[in-house]
Amino acid sequence: MSNGKNNQTTPTQKEYQALAKKREPSRPVVSNCIKAFLVGGLISIIGQAIQDMFVNWGGFDRKEASNPTVAVLILISVILTSLGVYDKIAQWAGAGSAVPVTGFANTMASAAIEHRSEGLVLGVGGKMFKLSGPVIVFGTVAAFVVGIVHWIFDPGSTGGS
Amino acid sequence: MIYLWAFLAGGAICVIGQICFDVFKLTPAHTMTLLVVAGAVAEGLGLYDPLINYVGAGATVPITSFGNALVHGAISEYDDHGWIGIITGIFKITSAGISAAIIFSFIAALIAKPKG
Repeated sequence: MSNGKNNQTTPTQKEYQALAKKREPSRPVVSNCIKAFLVGGLISIIGQAIQDMFVNWGGFDRKEASNPTVAVLILISVILTSLGVYDKIAQWAGAGSAVPVTGFANTMASAAIEHRSEGLVLGVGGKMFKLSGPVIVFGTVAAFVVGIVHWIFDPGSTGGS
Repeated sequence: MIYLWAFLAGGAICVIGQICFDVFKLTPAHTMTLLVVAGAVAEGLGLYDPLINYVGAGATVPITSFGNALVHGAISEYDDHGWIGIITGIFKITSAGISAAIIFSFIAALIAKPKG
């Protein structure tokens, strides 16, 4: 799945790529989408149930409860990843298990576990964000840009309080 | 009723992700990045919070809520403390998710053996 540049390929390589593309089994888009919908919806229902538990028994209000909910979902995801279960679900569910926040935790936990053999600092510490890094970097940059735009267009802005 | 909406909305966002995989041939990393940025922009336009009110966890569980929470933190700190809040507030809300993911993943790496 490389998005490599095509400008340095020889004609033979181009021919091969065209052939490979033709032979690549067409992806069953509709059934993949149905699986993603079911699993993604199910994870959201579990999230809603956990959130309601925090609201009913933990004394959180609805807004505050989403933070501990995410933490619990992440804990569940990391446990399932450690047991090798999450990757099995992911093979079936595709984006259904990748898009929820549990998929984010799964990429971190699986990278950490996979690179454990390279040592605690360079392996676990250095490679943990290998897959989830782009999400944090681009999320943060986007949030910064949106914040700046909000600042510029804020009607009551004095630039400080 | 909120459970039905959570299911439909959470499922729908995952379908968008699956379409990015299958139709636009994006890698998972590109898809997640796209969704997070989309969540951040939607919050900037004031669309994401009303969505959360309607569909609950259907909007807070998918990764788009990460972008939403980053912007939400930045803007709420901005409202309280002025422009410096854009920097100091970004991780205010997402701290729970990021800290939990780092800590649990680290512990998992100490205990678990690689599978497959």
